[in-house]
Amino acid sequence: MESVSTQPHHPAHKSHELSAVTIRFCGDSGDGMQFTGSEFTRVSALAGNDLQTLPDYPAEIRAPVGTLAGVSGFQVQFSSAPVFTPGDAPEVLVAMNPAALKSNLADLVRSGTLILNSGAFTKQNLDKAGYTSNPMEDGSLAAYRVHAIDISKLTATALADTGLSAREIARAKNMFALGLMLWMYSRPMEATVKFLEQKFAKMPDVAAGNVKALKAGYYFGETAEIFTETFVVRAAELPKGTYRSISGNEATALGLVATSELSGLKVFLGTYPITPASDILHELSKHRNFNVNTFQAEDEIAAVCASLGASFGGSLGVTSTSGPGVALMQETISLALTVELPMLVINVQRGGPSTGLPTKTEQADLLQAIFGRNGEAPLPVLAASGPADCFDAVLEAARVAIRHMTPVILLTDGFIANGQEPWKLPEAEQLAKFAPKFRTDPKDYHVYERDPKTLARAWVRPGTPGLEHRIGGLEKHKLTGNVSYDPDNHEEMVRTRAEKVARVADDIAPLSILGPKSGDVLVLGWGSTCGAIQQAVQQLQAKGHSISAVHLRHLNPLPKDLGEILARFKKVVIPELNLGQLQMLVRARYLVDAQGIHKIKGKPFRVSELKSALEGYLS
Amino acid sequence: MTETVQSKLTRKDFQSDQEVRWCPGCGDYVILAQVQKMMPELGIARENIAFVSGIGCSSRFPYYMNTYGFHTIHGRAPAIATGLKASRPDLQVWVVTGDGDALSIGGNHFIHVLRRNVDLKILLFNNRIYGLTKGQASPTSELGKKAKSTPYGTIDAPFNPMHLALGAGATFVARTSDADPVHMTEMLRRVAQHKGSAFLEILQNCVVFNDAAFESFTAKDMRASRQIYLEQGKPLVYAGGTKGLRLVDGHPEVLDLASGKAPGEPMIWNEQAEVSAAFALSTCAAPDFPEPVGVLRAVDAPVHHILQESQSDAVRKKLGAGNLAKLLTSGDTWTIS
Repeated sequence: MESVSTQPHHPAHKSHELSAVTIRFCGDSGDGMQFTGSEFTRVSALAGNDLQTLPDYPAEIRAPVGTLAGVSGFQVQFSSAPVFTPGDAPEVLVAMNPAALKSNLADLVRSGTLILNSGAFTKQNLDKAGYTSNPMEDGSLAAYRVHAIDISKLTATALADTGLSAREIARAKNMFALGLMLWMYSRPMEATVKFLEQKFAKMPDVAAGNVKALKAGYYFGETAEIFTETFVVRAAELPKGTYRSISGNEATALGLVATSELSGLKVFLGTYPITPASDILHELSKHRNFNVNTFQAEDEIAAVCASLGASFGGSLGVTSTSGPGVALMQETISLALTVELPMLVINVQRGGPSTGLPTKTEQADLLQAIFGRNGEAPLPVLAASGPADCFDAVLEAARVAIRHMTPVILLTDGFIANGQEPWKLPEAEQLAKFAPKFRTDPKDYHVYERDPKTLARAWVRPGTPGLEHRIGGLEKHKLTGNVSYDPDNHEEMVRTRAEKVARVADDIAPLSILGPKSGDVLVLGWGSTCGAIQQAVQQLQAKGHSISAVHLRHLNPLPKDLGEILARFKKVVIPELNLGQLQMLVRARYLVDAQGIHKIKGKPFRVSELKSALEGYLS
Repeated sequence: MTETVQSKLTRKDFQSDQEVRWCPGCGDYVILAQVQKMMPELGIARENIAFVSGIGCSSRFPYYMNTYGFHTIHGRAPAIATGLKASRPDLQVWVVTGDGDALSIGGNHFIHVLRRNVDLKILLFNNRIYGLTKGQASPTSELGKKAKSTPYGTIDAPFNPMHLALGAGATFVARTSDADPVHMTEMLRRVAQHKGSAFLEILQNCVVFNDAAFESFTAKDMRASRQIYLEQGKPLVYAGGTKGLRLVDGHPEVLDLASGKAPGEPMIWNEQAEVSAAFALSTCAAPDFPEPVGVLRAVDAPVHHILQESQSDAVRKKLGAGNLAKLLTSGDTWTIS
């Protein structure tokens, strides 16, 4: 099919209903695959599907065109039933060039649908991707349903009379692909047309060209007789409410805005750009009409220092970073915990060590968060379990920081930071407030006098008359806060700081258990693995296995009821995207022979791989 | 805005109950005394003043001031003070630092605080040595300095703090010494009055590890002939008016005014002039030139927290006051009923 009529006619396409579909868009990093995937996701969300996404892109902004290094992908699972993951393996792969095909084909399910931009399968591109023969012709794709379409040429033909440059036309081919997929999944185009017109409002020619490419793709599907069927994925039966699609980083930023509203404090974000955390700054800096302030510092050390300075001034200091940034910040975090000021450190984890895999996900900073400072330096550590959950996790972390006068580390990761899912919006009025009570009474004030229940010291804002005081990183007297080198005082302060953090557990709600309260296997998880674990465990439960799951929000201190729950199961299995960090903690703390499932590939767990690994522990 | 106090405060009101623990004879005592004496003049309530420091002998300073104080970590005081000032523009925030703290480990924060013109009063106690760690070469130690860490002499060229501050875009740069408390007080006043980053280098004697480092020009009997006092609107003369300074092609030149044969007039000092004049003066050093003391530069420029507040005001004007419920439901939403 090299030319099509732009007049739609109505061939009889059979429409099939599906409950869930996983699509992956892939191409060069300059092909706009993230944009295409996000827009398909947005339309699916508006259509009421439950969904999750997995953007997967290289650290290089524009790797050499056509190479394997430059391939960027975006996967989305959308469904009429609850979705827990972005899908194990795509059923549909849209590959814009040979390199994209080569690096993604192995993930496509057998007999899956392949949509190839045949125009990009030139000798040169095939060579760059390392193909010695053209896979479209050599039979190597026989196991799949291949639709080879010259998207490059069809887009160029459709846009020939628009006056756009060859380069602009080439860049519009992703919209052709999007239009085709919208048609295939029976989606309307209106929302996307509106979006393109807004996005390119200042360049109406480009807007019109992209809309034209989108429609050309859509009508191509409708008209060309190579597709015999379309699909419908109905709206999911989600709980009643108003929803929006949200990524973890966006939810984190909105959580910070909500924190300022609920605590009555100014939220001061001191931060330094780092992948994959920068979007938190991008989002929060838009909302300066709230009581929030953002500060792009000269480095991570200055970022966290400025945050601590803000907390000293009576604001809530926050910093957002990734593992390498935390490594630079630890000295200041240590200072924050010894001067006992609230502060929130958000670590959007990525693959490590060192620069590692900036754009890929990992959970290997847990021990860094809990132990990575000099001296006995405990602080609360929390983790978010999904994109939307980042909002709640921020509120909980901020609440703990303020109530217990301590820095708190919140762990998210690249997977949930960039991944999207529908978020059932909370009612703003119903969110619990957590305003601090600043001390203003100068009578009998002692800087390190503690609340008998939480052991937190009082927070005093500079500017309060009669309460002038000095704090610092040197060990201080247990009551007055004056510098003290007394050995007994030091031991008491070390123990008191530890006890203060331990008492955070007093407020942790009882853990909820997915499945029976006792049995053969307990799967214990934390962070972004929540969805995959939940789905794997539910599938095994459906097969009649005795298996349950618990997911942790609080990693330090651990919830008080965790020990007795672990004891009720014959085996404890801990899947993590690291070499067993929570596993090490649980073994040490509870003397339980916990087993681990480890993956360190920069990618989240697939449900299928977790399921088969867990089956090994079931008799 | 910082509130003025009704009842008059005295030097004593600014002394904390902590025993001062610097070595006997340390120049830091002089500085502490002058700061405590000068503070009441400002008419600012104690509770509206904060001293922030890093690590080093100088950084113990906040413990001795009866104001709000934060003794932080090595080199980071400017960054912590930036966050404090950004979140609390109503406070007057002072940073006390040393040559190692500000120019070595904290060099990055030092230059960035100056480029941003954060409204901080920065006092750098320069003794050209590491005191608290017991006598290693510092980034202002002279080339060839023999110290514990450099028994054969340092091979690292020193920083000139004034030059560095000017290069970083500082809007206020001044210099004084612990040997001249009257001049120091005058400089502290100027620092307190400046809007934006105010940087004062204080030549400070370390009696234990680098004694008499500045004596050749700061000693009472040497000052007149070896120092030049920069005074706004006045000619650059010293040595009892027998010598003067002018700039030739941007380079300082000593004029022998006593001979009557000087090839030109001494320069009239203007602290608001092009930065090149301040640069030229900052390079004047003994023995070939008089050492400059006084205000090298004092110019008005947009101040960090004011820019930040006006930006927030502009956003509020444009978007309206923040409304959480509205924000959460903004963008594409759908309802399941």
